Amino acid sequence: MIPISWFLIFSAALFCIGLFGVLARKNTIGMLMGVELMLNAVNINLLAFWAYRYAGQMNGLVFVAIVFAAAAAEAAVGLALIISVYRRRTTVMADELNLMKG
Amino acid sequence: MMTVPLGDMLLKILPELGLLVLAAVLLTLDLLWRSRRCRFLGWIAAGGGAVVILLSLLFARPGPEPLLLWGGMMRLDSTGFVFRMLFVTGMAITALFATENEGICEHGEFFTLLVISTLGMTLMASVVDLIMIYLAFETASIPLYALAGFLIRDKKSVESGVKYLLFGAMTSAVMLYGFSLLYGFTGSTNLYEIGAQLSAGQLPAGLAVLTALLVTVGFAFKVSAAPLHFWAPDVYEGAPTSVAGFLSTASKAAGFAVLLRVLLVVYPALSSLWTGLIAALAVASMVVGNLQALNQKNIKRLLAYSSIAQAGTILIGAAAQSDFGVTATMYYLMAYLVTNLAAFGVVMVVGRAVGSDEISAYAGLSRRSPGTALILLAVLLSLGGIPPFAGFIGKLLVFGAAVEANMAWLAVVGVVNSVAALYYYLRVLKVVYLDRAENETQPLNMTSAWKAALVGCVVLVVVLGVLVSPFYTWASQAAASLIVY
Repeated sequence: MIPISWFLIFSAALFCIGLFGVLARKNTIGMLMGVELMLNAVNINLLAFWAYRYAGQMNGLVFVAIVFAAAAAEAAVGLALIISVYRRRTTVMADELNLMKG
Repeated sequence: MMTVPLGDMLLKILPELGLLVLAAVLLTLDLLWRSRRCRFLGWIAAGGGAVVILLSLLFARPGPEPLLLWGGMMRLDSTGFVFRMLFVTGMAITALFATENEGICEHGEFFTLLVISTLGMTLMASVVDLIMIYLAFETASIPLYALAGFLIRDKKSVESGVKYLLFGAMTSAVMLYGFSLLYGFTGSTNLYEIGAQLSAGQLPAGLAVLTALLVTVGFAFKVSAAPLHFWAPDVYEGAPTSVAGFLSTASKAAGFAVLLRVLLVVYPALSSLWTGLIAALAVASMVVGNLQALNQKNIKRLLAYSSIAQAGTILIGAAAQSDFGVTATMYYLMAYLVTNLAAFGVVMVVGRAVGSDEISAYAGLSRRSPGTALILLAVLLSLGGIPPFAGFIGKLLVFGAAVEANMAWLAVVGVVNSVAALYYYLRVLKVVYLDRAENETQPLNMTSAWKAALVGCVVLVVVLGVLVSPFYTWASQAAASLIVY
């Protein structure tokens, strides 16, 4: 059986890739995808812990379901906001969204 | 653990259910009242807020012992109760500012989003389970992202919505990663059980510190503490002014509610680390906020940096980690809520009249509308910490808590920063009272809703600054029930 540490290392790597994506990408849709990667890392973490250590309890599974739902809501609102920014400014690049400074 | 019958548990969450019903009613009325909604929806939201406060006083008043409800997901205690009053008051005042506010009041969903976000905040203050904390966090945040970008025809508003969403989603994902590790290493999602396991040394110290750092990222974003503050000025400047007021007060208070609970319940074992971390955040926020506020030309940006500095001052109370420190934090949050809502209210009223948020546009305000100028005077002096206004008592208690906790240096940093902050508050007042302008004979347009909200806020600012004891008792009850296991 695959040891649990493999899952944890994988999820930590995925989390870091996602975080790097959010911080380094210029495209706001790309940044939103980075956030999704981070949330997926969280879900892998939760499921690995649940399956290996606490399989008798429900709360790990419930947590994952809630994270899924909240992530979907966040992505929906995020894409809506990005569309409304594109309509006003005809760009989705974060470095061109610089009307406010100081 | 006592088991509570279902009917009783439903009664205890009646205020939350009331908020849900209010949101549905507002959405329905928006469909039915095409012509009247601009004038009345805000009043209905504010009236609904008053009903929720009444329900909370009648049915959901906490007993002397904290009570666990819904399988340990929620905790009925004074902390949740006092914070609920705070959030609902903030919501009602914000709804009044949005009444007859062109661009906002034609869209009834504004009020629905506001009420749903308030529901999330009241839950944030009373839940004690990681799953529910995350859910409440997102319930409070997601409507606020939409509200910040609410003026879809305004270039700045849409930009601020996207910026707020991206920072908010990223920091909440980091916080959630911390939650997943906490769950993984303790096997529980209940804050009190996790706290007990950490105190028993079940977790290696390094891992506990790591989770503490990850979790702090989410909370520091919510309270806009440095170094996670840089979203605040842009979002406050671009968002509709009434939303900016709500973000800087109720949303910040919700962040503090979770921060205090997690800090005191989950990590008592790491108290020295937390004290250092929170004190560092406090000093950074005060210094960065005040320095940047000194040369702002836009009043909304000035208030944004001022609110970062205020978050730093409030964090001093949390760094003290004592009963008194939590009491001081709660009192400061009450004072800050009414003060800053009134400040953004005045900015909204003046902004609608002159079409600008530049500080130079405030010239001659004292001749144009002496009442509004007087309100701005009271509010800015309260933010600066001058008696007899609420901000003075808040600062006094917070600095007192720092001294009591043997952190006099932190209190000294706080006092020095407060004095520096007075400079930029007085600079605005100088423009309002001494500078002249051509348009100073035109009166300001004020609707009755805006008047009611502004006067209500200022009355509370003075009452909180003069009649300290009833509010102090509330705050200290809330502080005591937070720590009791």
